[in-house]
Amino acid sequence: MRLANKSLFQKDIIGQALKQSIVKLHPKIMFHNPVMFTVEIGTFIMLCVCIGILHGQKSQGTFGYNFTVFVFLLLTLLFANFAEAVAEARGKAQAESLRKTREETPAKYIQPVGEMYVNEMKIIPSSQLKKGDVFICEAGDIIPADGEIIQGLATIDESAITGESAPVIREAGGDKSSVTGGTKVLSDKIKVEVTAEPGESFLDKMIALVEGSSRQKTPNEIALTILLAGFTLVFIIVTVTLKPFADYAHTPITIAAFISLFVCLIPTTIGGLLSAIGIAGMDRALRANVITKSGKAVETAGDVDVLLLDKTGTITIGNRKATHFYPANGIDEKQFIRAAVMSSMADDTPEGKSIIELAKQNNDSNFISFEKKAGMKFIKFTAETRSSGMDYDNHRIRKGASDAIKKLIEKSGNPFPAEIAEKVRSISENGGTPLVVSENESAKGVIELQDIIKPGIQERFQRLRKMGIKTVMVTGDNPLTAKFIADKAGVDDFIAEATPEDKMDYIRKEQTGGRLVAMMGDGTNDAPALAQADVGVAMNSGTQAAREAGNMVDLDNDPTKLIEIVEIGKQLLMTRGALTTFSIANDVAKYFAIIPALFIMAIPALQHLNIMNLHSPQSAILSAVIFNAIIILLLIPLALKGVVYKPVGASALLRRNLFIYGIGGIIAPFIGIKLIDLLVTFLVIYLK
Amino acid sequence: MDTEISGIVCMFVATLVISFPLGRYIAKVYEGQRTLLDPVFNPVEKFLYRISGIHISREMNWKQQMAAMLTINMIWFLLGMFILMNQSWLPLNPDHNPGQSPDLAFNTAISFITNCNLQDYSGETGVSYLSQLYLMFLHFASAATGMAAAAAVFNGLKSSTTDKLGNFYNYFIKSITRILLPVSFIIAILFVFNGMPMTFLGKDTLTSLQGAIMHISRGPVAGYVAIKHLGTNGGGFFNANSAHPFENPDYFTNMVEMIAQMIIPFAMVFALGFYLKRKKLAYVIFAVMTLGFLLLVIPNISMETKGNPAIAAMGINTSAGNMEGKEVRFGAAASGYWSIATTVISTGSVNSMHDSFMPLSGMNMMLAMMVNCFYGGVGVGFLNFFVFIILAVFIGGLMVGRTPEFLGKKIEAREMKIALIVALLHPFLILTGTALASYIYVQDPSAYAAWLNNPGFHGFSEMLYQYASTTANNGSSFAGLGATTPWWNISTGFVLLFSRYLPIIGPVAIAGSLAAKKYTPESAGTLKPDTATFGLMTFAVIFIITALSFFPSLALGPIAEYFTFH
Repeated sequence: MRLANKSLFQKDIIGQALKQSIVKLHPKIMFHNPVMFTVEIGTFIMLCVCIGILHGQKSQGTFGYNFTVFVFLLLTLLFANFAEAVAEARGKAQAESLRKTREETPAKYIQPVGEMYVNEMKIIPSSQLKKGDVFICEAGDIIPADGEIIQGLATIDESAITGESAPVIREAGGDKSSVTGGTKVLSDKIKVEVTAEPGESFLDKMIALVEGSSRQKTPNEIALTILLAGFTLVFIIVTVTLKPFADYAHTPITIAAFISLFVCLIPTTIGGLLSAIGIAGMDRALRANVITKSGKAVETAGDVDVLLLDKTGTITIGNRKATHFYPANGIDEKQFIRAAVMSSMADDTPEGKSIIELAKQNNDSNFISFEKKAGMKFIKFTAETRSSGMDYDNHRIRKGASDAIKKLIEKSGNPFPAEIAEKVRSISENGGTPLVVSENESAKGVIELQDIIKPGIQERFQRLRKMGIKTVMVTGDNPLTAKFIADKAGVDDFIAEATPEDKMDYIRKEQTGGRLVAMMGDGTNDAPALAQADVGVAMNSGTQAAREAGNMVDLDNDPTKLIEIVEIGKQLLMTRGALTTFSIANDVAKYFAIIPALFIMAIPALQHLNIMNLHSPQSAILSAVIFNAIIILLLIPLALKGVVYKPVGASALLRRNLFIYGIGGIIAPFIGIKLIDLLVTFLVIYLK
Repeated sequence: MDTEISGIVCMFVATLVISFPLGRYIAKVYEGQRTLLDPVFNPVEKFLYRISGIHISREMNWKQQMAAMLTINMIWFLLGMFILMNQSWLPLNPDHNPGQSPDLAFNTAISFITNCNLQDYSGETGVSYLSQLYLMFLHFASAATGMAAAAAVFNGLKSSTTDKLGNFYNYFIKSITRILLPVSFIIAILFVFNGMPMTFLGKDTLTSLQGAIMHISRGPVAGYVAIKHLGTNGGGFFNANSAHPFENPDYFTNMVEMIAQMIIPFAMVFALGFYLKRKKLAYVIFAVMTLGFLLLVIPNISMETKGNPAIAAMGINTSAGNMEGKEVRFGAAASGYWSIATTVISTGSVNSMHDSFMPLSGMNMMLAMMVNCFYGGVGVGFLNFFVFIILAVFIGGLMVGRTPEFLGKKIEAREMKIALIVALLHPFLILTGTALASYIYVQDPSAYAAWLNNPGFHGFSEMLYQYASTTANNGSSFAGLGATTPWWNISTGFVLLFSRYLPIIGPVAIAGSLAAKKYTPESAGTLKPDTATFGLMTFAVIFIITALSFFPSLALGPIAEYFTFH
């Protein structure tokens, strides 16, 4: 259900936004934006002037001219409101479509009637579920609310929120125990505890954030607003002091001219688009299927200096694959492969499956049977033994990490063959993962698993390095393997045999050095690190604790998302900077349009300043005001899409943006105002 | 090359050559390293500190720094009022000059502690030698105040995280004893050897060839004039300032005075580079300042040497340039150079009459003071530039996709607020001052006719220049303005107070706030302030803010005058 491909402006969004742009004219709402609020005051004064002229006021020029100024000032306000409204509407539409999936689904609620009775079930609408309630979902049910599985395991279709069609497994107790409202249970039965009050799920929070009710200005937005308010103040001073100056020079200036001068000079372009840019940033994150808990999180993402990336899924493709069987000295290869197969029969992990797959390729003479037989006793992997396998007849077959199997073998008094130890080492050094297989506590051989590095990931890290971001690979692998993969993928650093504490320490260390750290995590173990990191992205499949701790949730559970999030953050900040520059650079041309227009009547010598050769003082002022209004409208798409981010290093980026938005910002209005002046002059003559 | 031009080039190059090692030395002084002068001054300083109970090892936060600064300034102001009002009976008054009236003493004391040096009295008759010596002390003290504040800002820009910015008294005393005194001493000796008086004797009398008896004022001029320039003060010993033959006898002293007033503003920039070990940053800042300086000074030299077309139209030979109000011994080119040098930095001493310059030359001088940070006054020039850096860093930082930071410290709402207040104060004071004056004048032009010798555009320029000059703490003026009326005394007095102390307190507060922040090391993604691109960006910010604030007023003054001319 990704909406990424939808066009920027859809009919329903436009309609909604148009209505909102008028609602937002309310001074109380306007007041939050100091720049546009002053424009509103100006517009109101112009309205009074127009009314005055209708009542016979003579000194302010024609009604037509004053009214046109009024209309375009009003349009300036509406365009600015429209920008914000479109951004809001788009974000809301995106969030709503996610939310719709979970509205009013029946919930199989478990009534707690005391210890004696269990499974007292009652069907209630999902909206009545409260935090802490427990419900049941069986195959075919839509999960009514966000929650955590407390019992059972199920395959779930999460395509409603992730767009990914392959079902996922969620089970109680592990790191993948969270379920999201609106997704569908495909098989099995789970008992789920509700983790959020109705209206307080992440999506609800996100929608509120976009709608503006709980949207707070981010620190950077506040600082920028101060800057813009400062510029506005300068021009209040300039405009107000101009009155006595003009009196001294015996130059009467009309109210329309004063207000136009003021409105054109204050940074209306960025002032009008500022909140739209912020909302669009969150919206872009949402389009990438990332729910942000605050606008600040997106902004901070742009500042990130260190990225902690999980190896699996980010740097390497999903899981390791078996690539080779190395029998121990004196062991027949086929015998060894058979042992390997038997050890993996009950191993449902992707690694286990890949062993069976590789064995099937090597099974020319149907020597190995892959059927499970009666009497086979499967041993599950546990954290203590760190091995798995099976008991059959008198054979005890085990498979596990080399140190685990070595311990097992040496405990029974058998030697651990030197050539096996050597093989284990060489596999590790080459970035592989060795698994040792033993039968009746004697080593049979080594299976080599290899990580497959994602194509294109090296370039991606190169890009990050150019952005000035340090990449750190986090993996449970031993240091040798980790180093090999780290080198091959081109990451700057790695944490091998990583425990949650290691991650935490690493983050703390970087933070004391003044760097901002982003990480992604899913398990409960990750929660402290997620909370510690400046940008913590929790996977949606992760535990509730992890999702609470992070400041973003990734609906796709895609570890590469971090990179995208950083780019979104940078783009957001750049768009603000670029439009501020553009807005201020515009003033140069506007000055050359308006200043001569103000004075030429009394001081004809100043005609020399009219370098654009605009037709008349009135047409010059009108053109500037019209340009000022239209430019906001024209820049809405840029504000929503964001300025293009290129990872070329800060200096090159500054040069590029200064050139486009600084120089461009000086030149564009000269052309624009001249064209509008020609058009206005033509229309005036034509209408006469 | 034309000798006039080569003289100017010589002055600039000499300034640069002297100021670079001086910058290294200044950094050394503020770092607390040993200097050659320690054996002379250390015992004196220790004694002074002991009797005044100052512990210079005790570091101060920015508020304590500024409290110390304001307190000592207040005391000098009161002491100054006392001396000026009672100079008639105090010692060292061989010419029996009367005490100043309270309002004049108020104006004089304020304008000297603020490093501005508007002079509503005439040096020959308005002050005694004791007063001149006290004013000379204020030359040192006001310059050292600016330098000490700059040193505090340097300290705040270090990468460590602390709220302490060093000890204000230490910076202040060191600025005087290690920098200003020794350099002034050398300059004063050069002056004495070139005919500048240095005496406590009263007026000399002389019988002219016609038999008339002339009374010639003199005094401890050489020592006074040395620090007048070195400290970018500009208040003259005599009424005619550096156009007076005793205050600027020949082309050589003219060069020395020119160089003396620019070396510390230059050197402070280099000192920043040495102090922070970011020489490249200092070069970029220096380059931006120099670019601004050249863009103002080159047109002025060219316009002044070309001469006045209106006078040429009368059939008068103007090949020597526009010589109205200029001294023949300096010429049009050197006067043009001086006119911008004295206005970009806050000296405000003059060797020619600025009122008589060409309209656009006058505009450039005003622009120099409106910008007030192309080199700028001692210490404060860098502080003003620092405010523009903060603004440029903010916009530039966003454009590279990071929340803005300068030298590893984040620029946030608080810094932005302070920077904007300081940046806004400048146009606010200049424009509202001029606006109020215009308003009063327009109410009854005949009653205030004495204000403006030239009504019309030039009269407007005179008023605008006066407020630009006081706001920039410059002190020079368009002489056509009759500024010795209550309105001008009072309004400029207030402007002076605001425009001196807020722009010092603001940057120090920003530095204090930045110093307390966490330091983020630079990466490839960080905006680098020591690149040409960022330099240009800063220049653009300065240009745009100044141009945008002052364009309408300049259009009604010098620009209108210029176009009417042509």
